[in-house]
Amino acid sequence: MPVKVRIPTPLQNLVGNQSDVSCEASNVGELINNLDASYPGIKARICDEGGSIRRFVNIYKNGEDIRFADGEQTSLGDGDEVSIIPAIAGGY
Amino acid sequence: MVKRLSYVLGLKCRECGREYEKAPIYVCEYCFGPLEVAYDYQAIRESISRGAIASRPPSIWRYREFLPIDGDPTDGLYSGCTPLVRADRLAEALGMKELYVKDDSVCHPTFSFKDRVVAIALSKAKEFGFDTVGCASTGNLGNAVAAHAAHAGLKGYIFIPSDLEIGKVVGSLIYAPNLVAVEGNYDEVNRLCSEVAYHYNWAFVNINIRPYYAEGSKTYGFEIAEQLGWRYPKHVVVPSASGSLITKIQKGFEELHQVGLMDAPPKTKLYSAQGKGCAPIVTAIKDNTDVIRPVKPVTIAKSLAIGNPADGYYAARVALKSGGYGEEATNEEIIEGIKLLAHTEGIFTETAGGVTMAVAKKLIEQGYIPKDEATVICITGNGLKTHEAVLPNIGQPKEIEPTLASFEKIIMGKQ
Repeated sequence: MPVKVRIPTPLQNLVGNQSDVSCEASNVGELINNLDASYPGIKARICDEGGSIRRFVNIYKNGEDIRFADGEQTSLGDGDEVSIIPAIAGGY
Repeated sequence: MVKRLSYVLGLKCRECGREYEKAPIYVCEYCFGPLEVAYDYQAIRESISRGAIASRPPSIWRYREFLPIDGDPTDGLYSGCTPLVRADRLAEALGMKELYVKDDSVCHPTFSFKDRVVAIALSKAKEFGFDTVGCASTGNLGNAVAAHAAHAGLKGYIFIPSDLEIGKVVGSLIYAPNLVAVEGNYDEVNRLCSEVAYHYNWAFVNINIRPYYAEGSKTYGFEIAEQLGWRYPKHVVVPSASGSLITKIQKGFEELHQVGLMDAPPKTKLYSAQGKGCAPIVTAIKDNTDVIRPVKPVTIAKSLAIGNPADGYYAARVALKSGGYGEEATNEEIIEGIKLLAHTEGIFTETAGGVTMAVAKKLIEQGYIPKDEATVICITGNGLKTHEAVLPNIGQPKEIEPTLASFEKIIMGKQ
């Protein structure tokens, strides 16, 4: 069940300078582990020392913030698209 | 006194401390933490004085040493130095002794505090050599970018949620930028912009120029201290969307002490004001945590309708650490807040200002803000931009015929 993963600029050098990669996973946590198996070092950038997704990393499944779903347990299936995007500012 | 143009050492990650050269970048390559401008405070200390500041023209650039540009400022030469209104009638209504309104509803040229940040962003964008600027905006930022870009001769792309108030749409369109109305809420607009920013080499003021841009908000805090006669207020109530303003006011207060313009560090308590239905920062403050849970915004305070606040974590921490708090305002309370400020001080603020007013009132009533301590309410935008919010609640003009008899009958109630 390949999932399309959009890679932000700061991480693209870890994945052969691609802006998106394909990866098999049934949930977001597993996706990060599987990405790390293919592209060693990427998990350490997305997650903190405790293994949780870093405070300033937002992950979206098909455009929806995974914090509105089940966080790292958010399920993934064939054709889903995951975006990893650094937090951005605006407003007041 | 030593004179030099730039006191910026470079950029530094707020999370892991990694250092970067000055560049149009905003996020730590390693941990994704936000990058912040690092200054040579010792050099600033040697170059600045209260007298020097007082001798300069009334704009944000009187605090030039604390602002991250290398050359002479080119934008926003008349922005900032807005009135700090001693609000005695409002104070009386709220039972307060010493109350002030920092009134950025009259900031030049687009009537919100965003003129401060955009002045820095565009000056900096030109230093980096950009010819096109952009932003994701809930309205005020778009207005400021459009106006300042027109003045600077830069091309502008402004992305807004498609449901914005007409005043904020007109307030951008008049300057003829490329105004892009996106079907979605601000968080979706912002996300789109982050992707556009990857593909186009533009200066997005709230993305790749953000470390510089955000520094402009410090001037709001500098002005409060200077206008109080170089004194910190005891309490400041600040509207929060992304959470940037409250953190930068605090940073500004601290810098004044750091360079010797103030003798003691600030003890000001800072309070975050949000609309009910979009209060992720206030929720974190009330839960005494710095974990921000994003929400899908539902509030008439559209300029504060950011459900996923980038600086929310820092904002909650600043409020809690300072001994302050946070509170939220319902739509009805927002309208009442706008009217209270208008009726007592003659200041017409937008919905965000209504939020701040309503929250200040609540915090005073709840005893978080003692009635005898100097308090500043941050009014950051102008009511004419969001007039539809109050239109159903302010009555109608009374129509008469052009005769004295008609006036006396209808207006004065004489038969």
